[in-house]
Amino acid sequence: MRLQLPNPGLEDRILSHEELDKLETEEAGRGDRPKWDNKTQYMLTCVGFCVGLGNVWRFPYLCQSHGGGAFMIPFLILLVLEGVPLLHLEFAIGQRLRKGSLGVWSTIHPYLAGVGIASMFVSLMISLYYNTIMAWVMWYLFNSFQETLPWSQCPLNYNLTGLVSECEQSSPVDYFWYRETLNTTPDIGANGGLQWWMVLCLVSAWAVLYICIIRGIETTGKAVYVTSTLPYVVLSIFLIRGLTLKGSLSGVVFLFTPNLTELTNPTTWLDAGAQVFYSFSIAFGGLISFSSYNSVHNNCEQDAVIISAVNGFTSVYAATVIYTIIGFRATERFDNCLGGNILALLNTFDLPEGNVTESNYDQVLQSLNGTYPEVIQGLNLKTCDLNTFLSEGVEGTGLAFIVFTEAITKMPASPVWSVLFFIMLFCLGLSSMFGNIEGVLVPLQDLGVFPKSWPKESTTGITCVLCCIVGLIFVQGSGNYWLSLFDSFAGSIPLLIIAFCEMVGVVYLYGIDRFNDDIEFMIGHKPNFFWQITWRFLSPAIMLVIFVFYFITKVTETLLYKTWNPESENFPTLEEKPYPAWIYVIIFILAGIPSLAVPGTALFRCTPVCIKNCNAAGFFTLNSFPCVFFIYFTRQVS
Amino acid sequence: MLVRILVLLYLAGAPALAQTLCQPNASNGYRVRISIKTALGNQAYEWNENEMFLFRATMAFAMRRCYKTETYNVDNIIVCNQTLRVSFWFVVTSPENSTMLIPKADVEKAVSMSRHRINNAFLLTDRTLEFLGIHPTLAEPVNPDTPPWLIVFGVVIGAVFAGIIALLVSSLLQKRRKEKGMMEDGQDEEDMQVKGVENGNVLDGIYNRGFTDDDRFTKL
Repeated sequence: MRLQLPNPGLEDRILSHEELDKLETEEAGRGDRPKWDNKTQYMLTCVGFCVGLGNVWRFPYLCQSHGGGAFMIPFLILLVLEGVPLLHLEFAIGQRLRKGSLGVWSTIHPYLAGVGIASMFVSLMISLYYNTIMAWVMWYLFNSFQETLPWSQCPLNYNLTGLVSECEQSSPVDYFWYRETLNTTPDIGANGGLQWWMVLCLVSAWAVLYICIIRGIETTGKAVYVTSTLPYVVLSIFLIRGLTLKGSLSGVVFLFTPNLTELTNPTTWLDAGAQVFYSFSIAFGGLISFSSYNSVHNNCEQDAVIISAVNGFTSVYAATVIYTIIGFRATERFDNCLGGNILALLNTFDLPEGNVTESNYDQVLQSLNGTYPEVIQGLNLKTCDLNTFLSEGVEGTGLAFIVFTEAITKMPASPVWSVLFFIMLFCLGLSSMFGNIEGVLVPLQDLGVFPKSWPKESTTGITCVLCCIVGLIFVQGSGNYWLSLFDSFAGSIPLLIIAFCEMVGVVYLYGIDRFNDDIEFMIGHKPNFFWQITWRFLSPAIMLVIFVFYFITKVTETLLYKTWNPESENFPTLEEKPYPAWIYVIIFILAGIPSLAVPGTALFRCTPVCIKNCNAAGFFTLNSFPCVFFIYFTRQVS
Repeated sequence: MLVRILVLLYLAGAPALAQTLCQPNASNGYRVRISIKTALGNQAYEWNENEMFLFRATMAFAMRRCYKTETYNVDNIIVCNQTLRVSFWFVVTSPENSTMLIPKADVEKAVSMSRHRINNAFLLTDRTLEFLGIHPTLAEPVNPDTPPWLIVFGVVIGAVFAGIIALLVSSLLQKRRKEKGMMEDGQDEEDMQVKGVENGNVLDGIYNRGFTDDDRFTKL
């Protein structure tokens, strides 16, 4: 059952095993290709790339909304069946062919170069908006060095008579995020101009990134000692602090309480699969580059398993920490809500303090309702339910910049916790950016966009400057909406297509037999039955299913986006608006161009060969008619 | 005799008169609400007559402080309708004429002026010692000359740019050193080719006659 597509000339394009061994001993002396200083740097870089902001702000939300502890089951199953095989595949192919993503796919088959180009486009678009999130984190970090955090209280209005109305209607954290940070406009069409403070933060984010990647992995390898380990230290500190706060355990219990009925819901499995896939940063091309700098006999199988395990563990650990803090915040809100109700009762009925407490609140309310029902009605008491507060589950930027910052203001010594939290987010994001940028720089070098004589510092510098300039879209007034647009479309569908093509390319074009032999050469034993089954059938099948469902969901749903509009009727709630028509063009560019790069490049490379074959076969034979059509069509296109 | 009867009547009637002056929802009175347990928790003190006396004295102090010409006394502050919540109404009478009430606005002005002192006398805050109808004055915002975030930004960006320049300069120096080293190696090779069978001593430009092949001329 070994399906192998014809692939002539493969032997000429790749180095044989003997040549690889020779290169290994020679390269040890020369400095032609960058190398890792030691295995630790490589592992830390890969861990840093995989562990990112998604582990902190997407996984806890998914876990809590899909049945808590029960979500672990689909997550772990898909981690093993989908994440680990894809990771091993990328590591092995990079280590074997010793090139970046573009080089690897061109080597396997010239028509597959489109996969590398698509990876580059996706990495580029994601780098653009990801560093804007870093800029936001830096803004909050800079603002944390004050005794009273600026998002803990509403500012006074112009004539100092009261609080700013926008802030009073919503909350200080919302106001600080939407008005003082983003200065957001009511819809995506109104661009609001550049916000100078965010431009400064964007420049500083790109400057910090530049200094870390200035000489490639030589500098990145040193930076990851800090950026990959610091998040774990901070998470542990937060765990200890969180567990000593009131109400933290109720948060953790809420997170992990299993609800096994969720397992029958297909969305749970879909979300678990998507989370595993995006969390592993597969199909960006960065992992292939990183593993190509390894020595040939590095044990990539062990690396893949270790990194997957670390990634899974980090997701669960981060979820626990986040939910201790969310439990604290929910308990705080519940106490405030109940306290407000109790105060209202005490004030209206002139009861002495301490008469109504949390324990006897319900009985007292009932008895008072019996005797004075109209008065109770007039008071408009709020219903306080702890579970409602706990399940105000937020994900993404809302979790980090609104919910968590609010919780921090309630903790004693808030500036310290704020600084720690935002340093952690910054390190998590920066280490992911290393991989993203690697996936952009190496293909650019392979394509020959920069002359070979230019030093590495200038190529990285020019890329950073250009990306910074393009990234100015995201620091306008409407920047937040552009960012979520990019996040939903640039980073989702193209990656699934690329990963599917990667698997098919390696297994069926490169040849699973040749791949098995390569792995045996590199690590000493053939990959066992598990890898064979997953590479050949299971993982591509899972990719295909996720892609189909994702595509159908995205295409059929009406695209709405949430806006912050002070003029809207139910103001503090975000107003949902449909996208204007011209946005659909942008969406097509974001999702379509990388995806179409795969068949497009194949066509582009195929045309000269096809023309040659057609000319040789003679112009007017029957089987050359489709050929003539084909040439005509591609001539029109190119 | 008549004077005595009048005095007795006055003494009997004064409290009654005071009661009629101080009423709930009086037009010139304010309602006060005190939440001691909320403010102090375990260290809460009990509200009794002595505390009430302190309140009246503090209010008299506030009135004196605001209207420096008139000397208010504890008797000028009349309290009524105390509840278990610890809330009560009070009115302020004029020192000259004990039947005349001080208008609401004047009382508000006095309270606002000395609010901080009144709160501190009872170890309470604006929220736990409420004068219903008098809003707490909002704290003036502290506006530093440079926003603190700009200072941190300056430090970070300065350090990063210094680092970038240092790295660029060091790689430039490294490249120059490598080029120089390569140039010297290149010179070595050239000289070796020119000098031919000489020993490879580059710096020595003098033809060493000890190694010429002139033995063939001395075949004696």
